[in-house]
Amino acid sequence: MTAAIDPALLREVAVTSGEYDRIVELMGREPTHVELGIFGAMWSEHCGYKTSKPLLKQFSSAGPRVLQGPGENAGAIDIGDGWAVVFKVESHNHPSAIEPHEGAATGVGGILRDIFTMGAFPIATLDSLRFGPLSEPRNRYLFGGVVGGIGSYGNCFGVPTVGGEIYFEDCYTENPLVNAMAVGLIRIDKLTSSRAEGPGNLVMLVGADTGRDGIHGATFASVELDEASEDRRPAVQVGNPFLEKLLMEACLELIDQELVVAMQDLGAAGLTSSAVECAHKGGVGIDLDVAHVSRREQGMNAYEIMLSESQERMLIVVEPGQKDGVDRVFDKYDLHADVVGRVTEGGRLTIRDGGSIEADIPVGLLVDEVPFRYPEARAPRERLELAARPVTVPGDLDLEDAFLRVMGSPNIGSRRGVFRTYDHQVQNNTVIPPGGDAALLRVKGTRRGIAVCTDGNGRYCYLDPRAGAAIAVAEAARNIVATGATPAAVTDCLNFGNPEKPEVFWELKESVEGMAQACRDLELPVVSGNVSLYNDTSGVSIYPSPVVGMVGVIEDIDKRLTAGFKDAGDIVLLIGDTAEDLGGTEFQKVVMGEVAGPVPRLDMAVERSAHDAVLEMVEGGLLKSCHDLADGGLAVAFAESCIFGGVGASIGALGSVHADPGVALFSESQSRFLASCAPGAVAGIQAIATARGVPLVVLGAVGGDRVSLSDSLAVSLDQVTATWDGALD
Amino acid sequence: MATFGIVVFPGTWSDRDSFNAVHDQLGQDARFIWHKEHDLQGVDCVVLPGGFSYGDHLRCGAVAALSPVMADVIAFAARGGLVIGICNGFQVLCEAHLLPGALMRNASLEFRCQPTLLRVENADTPFSNECSDRPLLRVPVSHGEGNYYADPDTLARLEETGRVVFRYVDSAGLPTPDGNPNGSINNIAGIVNDEGNVLGMMPHPERACEDLMGSTDGLTIFRSIVASAERVLTA
Repeated sequence: MTAAIDPALLREVAVTSGEYDRIVELMGREPTHVELGIFGAMWSEHCGYKTSKPLLKQFSSAGPRVLQGPGENAGAIDIGDGWAVVFKVESHNHPSAIEPHEGAATGVGGILRDIFTMGAFPIATLDSLRFGPLSEPRNRYLFGGVVGGIGSYGNCFGVPTVGGEIYFEDCYTENPLVNAMAVGLIRIDKLTSSRAEGPGNLVMLVGADTGRDGIHGATFASVELDEASEDRRPAVQVGNPFLEKLLMEACLELIDQELVVAMQDLGAAGLTSSAVECAHKGGVGIDLDVAHVSRREQGMNAYEIMLSESQERMLIVVEPGQKDGVDRVFDKYDLHADVVGRVTEGGRLTIRDGGSIEADIPVGLLVDEVPFRYPEARAPRERLELAARPVTVPGDLDLEDAFLRVMGSPNIGSRRGVFRTYDHQVQNNTVIPPGGDAALLRVKGTRRGIAVCTDGNGRYCYLDPRAGAAIAVAEAARNIVATGATPAAVTDCLNFGNPEKPEVFWELKESVEGMAQACRDLELPVVSGNVSLYNDTSGVSIYPSPVVGMVGVIEDIDKRLTAGFKDAGDIVLLIGDTAEDLGGTEFQKVVMGEVAGPVPRLDMAVERSAHDAVLEMVEGGLLKSCHDLADGGLAVAFAESCIFGGVGASIGALGSVHADPGVALFSESQSRFLASCAPGAVAGIQAIATARGVPLVVLGAVGGDRVSLSDSLAVSLDQVTATWDGALD
Repeated sequence: MATFGIVVFPGTWSDRDSFNAVHDQLGQDARFIWHKEHDLQGVDCVVLPGGFSYGDHLRCGAVAALSPVMADVIAFAARGGLVIGICNGFQVLCEAHLLPGALMRNASLEFRCQPTLLRVENADTPFSNECSDRPLLRVPVSHGEGNYYADPDTLARLEETGRVVFRYVDSAGLPTPDGNPNGSINNIAGIVNDEGNVLGMMPHPERACEDLMGSTDGLTIFRSIVASAERVLTA
């Protein structure tokens, strides 16, 4: 290392001294300050996936519906009738830990841009959130700020927030997780690429002016949080959903009028990353002059302009002859559109500031030469021992007390207080609103619907990252199936701690393998995704927390199902087998006060059979309700179906579920659904279950005003509802 | 048949939903009017839809009230043309002084998106004349600032002259705090001007026009407008 480059500077750009030497070797000279900043951003985990990329290769993105796999701003699948659904999930964890409102808001804004950059109209967002316990005031502040930020951005922008999940766990206390998923709809022939083409074409920067906000956001997201992180508050961007709405309308008009060659939003690493992406995909170069970039602050230098993460900006590539048409569209919306450069031959990223050349780098070095890291993976022995510890129901268990404690747990209780602060209806497509298993959106002008959900269970993944990640896939699919839709494709967000720790890299490796295998088993392509590492605070890592976002398709939306019981006299059915699966369950945590033991077993063949059986029952119009069994097991699913339906119900055959009532009620055995039907439909349902080899228990009946879990345990529906409603108070 | 002119301000988002309601569901003519345009030719009813016009900067609806098209909307209303302001549109109408009073932050201090029940208080307006056999309408709200306020004299006048058209009620049909999503004074959900041709309401009737969306009660309001427009034509 030369004397001119001091360690503080390398830390600022998150480049190691070894990586610096590699830069010098590749460039054949010392990099300029601007060049070093560009390398730091492009080689960061956030942009370059230098730790995770070797693992991500295991995901298969092949499938008959897939139109666009990973590599563009978002994935896209064909849902029929000429329509494509575009979707992706992305994290905004570190910014939200520092400034929850703006961090979460710009997380939503960023993922929305990914969707409309593809030309798609955003039709829904979902949010997968993790916080520390609400008993800590700071956690409550983070929770309120994040929820407020999500609402303020989505509500103003005019996209419905239709779902997601929220969990509370000690490990997220200083490092909440904020993963936002967005879903868009587009005619297949309008899908737009970010591939820059045609040397001589103009490169235009449109939308917001560029300021100093968010400089080094990408590198900030790729290091651990510590006490000094508060000082990084300026690295958190500030969102303007109003401007983004205008930007979307303008960009979609450009695409509609076929005025653009390529489009790429500015996200992590700002202008640097978007210019590099466009150029690299097209095999061309880009020559930018930062002097032409409109700014909101004076005295910004090339380094700051190239690394600013000011929000609501878009890079577009335009043929010179189309510029007037482009200007007319942006004039209509009173938006800035600056010509900041040109597409060039030769594959170099050249940055000028007026007369001086500030950077000149072959684009390939920034993308193809990312120095992959292969950290050591080592299973921590204490964890393996913890996960091997047998778990049984305590002998003196008070079932009623346990039931009410689980129902009132913040991880189980109603999210109504959150979801009603989000506009979940705008655009008139929301057929199943948030709160059910998956949200269901209709596609106007067709009979089709799209089911969307997110899922993840950090506790399972902590005990067994491979099984836990597979369960996340299975459970997301089960949520889709419970609405009557067929699972179609996956997006994922991998939230982990510092991968330089052997146990964390082991968690990451196991989780990716488990998730990839589960997706292959269910024939679900992974079409987009995001990785968020270094979720550590003061040296403590979060639970491994892979989040699965899933999209499903229902051909006839009139066949949809909801989770609530419908009519008194209906028969309640449990589909699937129940075993003593108590490790990592909500019951274990809330009632027994520990997290230990083997996580619920998952057999993907059994899982598939259960899905196929339910979908065949849906097709035959045999079911009146369907609910996935997940956290809290049968007790929670049964109570929720009563609450959603506003009607009581009773279980008359708990002994047929499992000999131990504690296991029968609280086991989180996988591959199970709770359904209800008219009495006359039972025989047809039994026939399908038998033919597919799926266990079925005729559990009880709908009716009355009590939630009766067994002959000796019944609680009034009012009390159960009140307990569940108050869980977040 | 009626022609609806749906005004689009920067930040409006219920424009497409309003179009879906009056055009796709009711089969009426409808066109979008960008806020920089001045052409209301042939329009029977102007719709000021929901959204966050100008990002709610300054105050909700305050900047939109000064948009170029609003001069034309004000003249249109003065000529007796029908104007319906929904959600942000209601806020714009108050800011433009086409309706009295103001919409404050919800009493909960939270944005609220939820179903509400509306009692039709006056079925003798161009916006509610089809409602006589439907005293209660199920229409959702979605806003952070829908807490209607008017000074005591104005409020008394509104109440005495039947200008309160819709009131939030609970499931028993009573205007209790339980039925009120935003703290609105006297549970007011929608009012008309003195002449009765300008309506502002916070709930979103355009979101309640299809069974698939959970309610068709919003159609009653749009059908009333169509009936009124046809009556004007035949008169």
